[in-house]
Amino acid sequence: MSAVTTSAAIARPALPAARRLAPLVILGLLALLPLATALGLPAHWLTLVTRAMIFAVAALSLDLILGVGGLVSFGHAAFIGIGAYGAGILITEGQTELLVALPAILLVCAAFAAVTGYVSLRTRGVAFIMITLAFGQMAFYFAQALSAYGGDDGLTLYEKSTLLGREIFANRTGFYYIALGTLAFCYWLARRLVASRFGRVLRAARENAVRVTVTGYDVDHVRLGAYVISGMMAGLSGFLLANQTDFVSPAFMSWQRSGELIFMVVLGGVGSLHGAIVGALAFLIAEDVLSAWTQNWKAIFGPLIVLFVLFTQGGIAGLMTKLRGRRDG
Amino acid sequence: MAEPALALKGLAKSFGALKVTDGVDLSIAPGELHALIGPNGAGKTTLVHQISGTLRPDSGAILFGGTDITHLPPQKRARAGLARTFQITSTIASLSALENVALGVQAHSAHPLSFFRDAARDEALNAPAWEALEAVGLTERAHAPAGSLSHGEKRALEIAMALTLKPKLILLDEPLAGVGHEEGERLIALLKSLKGRFAMLLVEHDMSAVFALADRVTVLVYGGVIASGEPAAVRADPAVRQAYLGEEV
Ligand SMILES: Nc1ncnc2c1ncn2[C@@H]1O[C@H](COP(=O)(O)OP(=O)(O)OP(=O)(O)O)[C@@H](O)[C@H]1O
Ligand SMILES: [Mg+2]
Repeated sequence: MSAVTTSAAIARPALPAARRLAPLVILGLLALLPLATALGLPAHWLTLVTRAMIFAVAALSLDLILGVGGLVSFGHAAFIGIGAYGAGILITEGQTELLVALPAILLVCAAFAAVTGYVSLRTRGVAFIMITLAFGQMAFYFAQALSAYGGDDGLTLYEKSTLLGREIFANRTGFYYIALGTLAFCYWLARRLVASRFGRVLRAARENAVRVTVTGYDVDHVRLGAYVISGMMAGLSGFLLANQTDFVSPAFMSWQRSGELIFMVVLGGVGSLHGAIVGALAFLIAEDVLSAWTQNWKAIFGPLIVLFVLFTQGGIAGLMTKLRGRRDG
Repeated sequence: MAEPALALKGLAKSFGALKVTDGVDLSIAPGELHALIGPNGAGKTTLVHQISGTLRPDSGAILFGGTDITHLPPQKRARAGLARTFQITSTIASLSALENVALGVQAHSAHPLSFFRDAARDEALNAPAWEALEAVGLTERAHAPAGSLSHGEKRALEIAMALTLKPKLILLDEPLAGVGHEEGERLIALLKSLKGRFAMLLVEHDMSAVFALADRVTVLVYGGVIASGEPAAVRADPAVRQAYLGEEV
């Protein structure tokens, strides 16, 4: 019997429908939201969800190393900060062109990720968490020391980035769709990456690094590659964030912000990619709603997240799968 | 004469005061099936770890096909054709059996880490992976997650993974341990069918399997080699009988 007939005879099980459809449904609903504002939803929602989608790009990038690669980075906000400051400093210096700013930001993020990742990846587990936290704090203090660019107080931007001189970020709905397009592109990229040969090795190494090593792969090398890609993606989100808020400050890269990103990923369900998007949306919307309701929203929000994660195990994506399982079974 | 597939020269390793590898000299010819036996805790697994590179020896040298690999990291040894299995089976539990094997094929392809193309649908990887699964009789289970396979199937899967590495030497750490009689017989038949294609170092407690398969046998006790040679000669060695085999052999 030849291998070919065997492989044809034993069909590969299809991907569960949820995994194929969930991201399409999420992105589709997001694409329709501006219509809802036309029908009376407060315009404030457009701004809020734009911000949430920008954070979703960062959460997605974190899920790539945390969920897929098994590396709990506690300094991921540093990349958002580098992206935001990159945009902010260039705009302050009169350089608003996106085609200049974005390549520069991605390059700096890649370099920062390569250096800090190389050092961090010599450690494992809690030590990795601590050392990425330390690098994040280094970036934070560096931004605080940038007195020419606002130092501790942050930097207000009086212009936005432009594309070939056109003010693409000026219009709120336009910005919304740019954020959505960026998110959709990053999701597609991450999904391809995870399914690729590179991604297969990254996934396998999360489960059993020794097996992957004796199969002939340099696990640290692969993880570093993922770390660099992830850092660049988070830098892209920082670039958008600076353009949305017209302001950058060291708080963009505080350790609390890094912690929030981990929350978003865990909230949505680790490793599923679309879970990170849902987690970021849920986090930012809940934060907005609760903070309008009470000043002590953080005291409510923290325990809520812990309870939610404990009871769903697998975050929102896990909960959906479970609910569907109950309905089907 | 051709270079030995593997040569150990005065290999030594201690865990604190415990000498687990005590000046081991060993040579395996290309295509030879060499059995390594010894009581529990003799240091067999530790020796396999040092040969595959997952542990560093304190002193001595490891030559692979005549090349000194003592300081080469494990992934480079694997790429040079040194494959291994584990005493406690080691697979990627959530990946299918086919993907586990394809991971090995991929490691030896021209682009082991390419981005973008869907690896699961890559025929350049899957075709050789199917062949390896067929060689060990696992095609029926190709799409089952490795974690859901029976113990014997996992052992076979590890051998299939080793086969994809274009091996010159495979280290097998107790491939029959914990496997039922029927599956054990199948694995012995499999190893017999593979004999001669590459060298093998077989660590095994099952003496009937050892004497059925091995070209030569080395006996390890307290980290040191007490006998090495033809199976019949080793079996008759009084030191071996006393130290290890007891009266039963
Ligand atoms: N990482 C370690 N640190 C300290 N001691 C160890 C370590 N690994 C193994 N040992 C000890 O080294 C000795 C040899 O262990 P090893 O696993 O190599 O024996 P073995 O011959 O494979 O035994 P078995 O037949 O039970 O598999 C044992 O006494 C073991 O307890
Ligand atoms: Mg052992």
